[in-house]
Amino acid sequence: MKQTHFKVRPFLLVGLLLTLLTVLSGCGDNLAQQDVMARVERTNRITWGVKNDTRLFGLMNIKTGQIEGFDVDIATAVSKEIFGKDVNVKFVPVTSNTRLPLLKNGNIDALAATMTITPERKKEIMFSDTYFNAGQAIMVKKGSKIKSVKDLTKGTKVLGLQGSNSVANIKKYAPQAKVLQLADTAQAFTALKSGQGDALTSDNGILYGLNRDDPKYQVVGGTFTNEPYGIGANKGQEKFVQAINKALKKIEADGTYQQIVDKWFGKVAGFDGSVIK
Amino acid sequence: MISILTTYWPDFVEGLKYTLSASVLALIGSLIIGLIFALFVINPLKPLRVIGRIYIEIFRNIPLLVVAMFFYIVMPQFIPHLDGFTAGTIGLIIYTSAFIAETIRAGIESVDLGQMEAARSNGMSYIQAMRYIVLPQALKIVIPPLGNQFVNLVKNSSVLAFLAGFDLMYQGNLIASTTFKTTDTYLAVGLLYLILTMPLSYLMRYLEKHWSTGAAE
Amino acid sequence: MQNFIDAYSWVNLRFLLEGLWVTIYVSAISVVFSFIIGAILGFIRYVKIKYVSALVGFLIDVIRNLPLLLIIFFMYFGLPNTIGVRLSTVNAAILSLTIFESAMLAEIIRSGISAVDTGQMEAARSNGMSFMQAMWYIILPQALRRMVPPIVSQFVSLVKDSSLATIILLPELMFHSQVIYGQNTNYMIPMFVALAVLYFIICFLLSQLSHLLARKLG
Repeated sequence: MKQTHFKVRPFLLVGLLLTLLTVLSGCGDNLAQQDVMARVERTNRITWGVKNDTRLFGLMNIKTGQIEGFDVDIATAVSKEIFGKDVNVKFVPVTSNTRLPLLKNGNIDALAATMTITPERKKEIMFSDTYFNAGQAIMVKKGSKIKSVKDLTKGTKVLGLQGSNSVANIKKYAPQAKVLQLADTAQAFTALKSGQGDALTSDNGILYGLNRDDPKYQVVGGTFTNEPYGIGANKGQEKFVQAINKALKKIEADGTYQQIVDKWFGKVAGFDGSVIK
Repeated sequence: MISILTTYWPDFVEGLKYTLSASVLALIGSLIIGLIFALFVINPLKPLRVIGRIYIEIFRNIPLLVVAMFFYIVMPQFIPHLDGFTAGTIGLIIYTSAFIAETIRAGIESVDLGQMEAARSNGMSYIQAMRYIVLPQALKIVIPPLGNQFVNLVKNSSVLAFLAGFDLMYQGNLIASTTFKTTDTYLAVGLLYLILTMPLSYLMRYLEKHWSTGAAE
Repeated sequence: MQNFIDAYSWVNLRFLLEGLWVTIYVSAISVVFSFIIGAILGFIRYVKIKYVSALVGFLIDVIRNLPLLLIIFFMYFGLPNTIGVRLSTVNAAILSLTIFESAMLAEIIRSGISAVDTGQMEAARSNGMSFMQAMWYIILPQALRRMVPPIVSQFVSLVKDSSLATIILLPELMFHSQVIYGQNTNYMIPMFVALAVLYFIICFLLSQLSHLLARKLG
């Protein structure tokens, strides 16, 4: 009797499991469809996803616990422009890997997180106009034999960020190199310093920020792609995206944008501020 | 979910390979180290007992992620060419060996102490008595918990995802971030983990029941 | 040595302690929830209610056999997408830890109760006790004594496992140390030392609690 019991169960259970999986993967309705404009006007509170480990763009200040950087300032300026000076701007840290799911799930209303506007992402979310022009580059230890992306040949290891456009690109520009993808910028840079890879690839602005942390590393070979950053919002939020675009134009016209650029990139050696916009 | 599985099947297979190799290597490694430290803690020599205890207590009370991360980013300063897979596997070995040492110790201690004395009084050395009398009996007691440790290893090997270790979880992360189909990808990854772990843990439960009733007879 | 002195500056230590507080907070809440849920599930599984116990047992087995990391991902990214709730990192971490650890605890509790001689239940019932009375006065006190060590060591695992939530950027101990050494890699070794010491202290104290409890009950 025990024997038959044992025989029947696995079969039943597998069936049960498959049903469960199908039910779970079949659903899909969420908060992200609510109109952001209407909700923020009602609650006076907007949530942005920003990086928290990327110097110059979004970096956690250990002293204050606040995230600071170019993206944070742009997000604040845009929010205030749209919803008034008193709007509550909240920041949620994201990584390249977590930012899209968090936006699509409605955890955050908008993304200003060093995110390149790409056709693939456009299928998933909406983008504002470009607010920052970056380009992909590589960073190596000073004295490394690798001088540009062309030197990433067979046998070399490149570190990148999961979910970033740079790892997608590097497979085209250096198809022979082995790509190791880490969870965020800080992890990838730590891995580079520990010798886990020969080079680190990301966007120039991000790499210059890392360079400031440790001058023993340098950006080599210049940029080899164009990475226009856009603010991300959910599909269906046309009104919100239009408002963002209008706000971006406004802060550019009244000099706020230039102030923010100068604040973060004015003193960055080797970074030509004029290419940003 | 099915379409993710079929489209990215080669990546999943790659991930399964790394997950399984890490788990098997870590099982072998932690069995050896675990056995050594188990023999330390039951040893008549006090210094060995103390060393064994310290090792077990330290690594049972520190998260696996801390140990694995340490081998990934700190140890390469001293040992070059320690890649994510190797670092993660070493982390798994050290972490798991502390648990295995405890399991084996409990197994050995549950074997009647009189048997050890009888064997010794029959002229066997401590090591001989251990090797021929105590360990074979302890083995039967510890196999089910060791099997469960292997299930834990398969699950815990997902820590390799933090270290670019190419395991199933890592592949899942990459697929989720390229396809943007997060839910479906993680469901598929979950299904694959279950295929590895479920049968084994049912087998261990069966053995536990079967052998414990066998022992009572 | 200088690295250690710089790394343990007041600012950094305070940041680490903030992380430690989140670790303790998330762990404590998950411990309470997972113990309650684990006890209920373990009991349901033990009493063998037709279909219900089998279903519960199966769900427990599924969860027990999945990596916690995957459950965390799923709760933070997958679940909101599926049923439309919005979870903060703290809530997602608590939810994942509770789900995972209550499945582990349910199994410990089920086998703990089963391990108490079934003859005792029959004896108690034939002496006129109801099932619940026999359970409460005869079986559970004995089972509890057996269960305390594995339950506490599961709680220790829970504290350690909470470090995995660094993947969803939960501002806990592991994550905060990563933020610190991410900004200055000279602090890497001091941070790992701090991590090891802090986790060890919490977990070791917790496991000592198990000896204390076991002595009290024994």
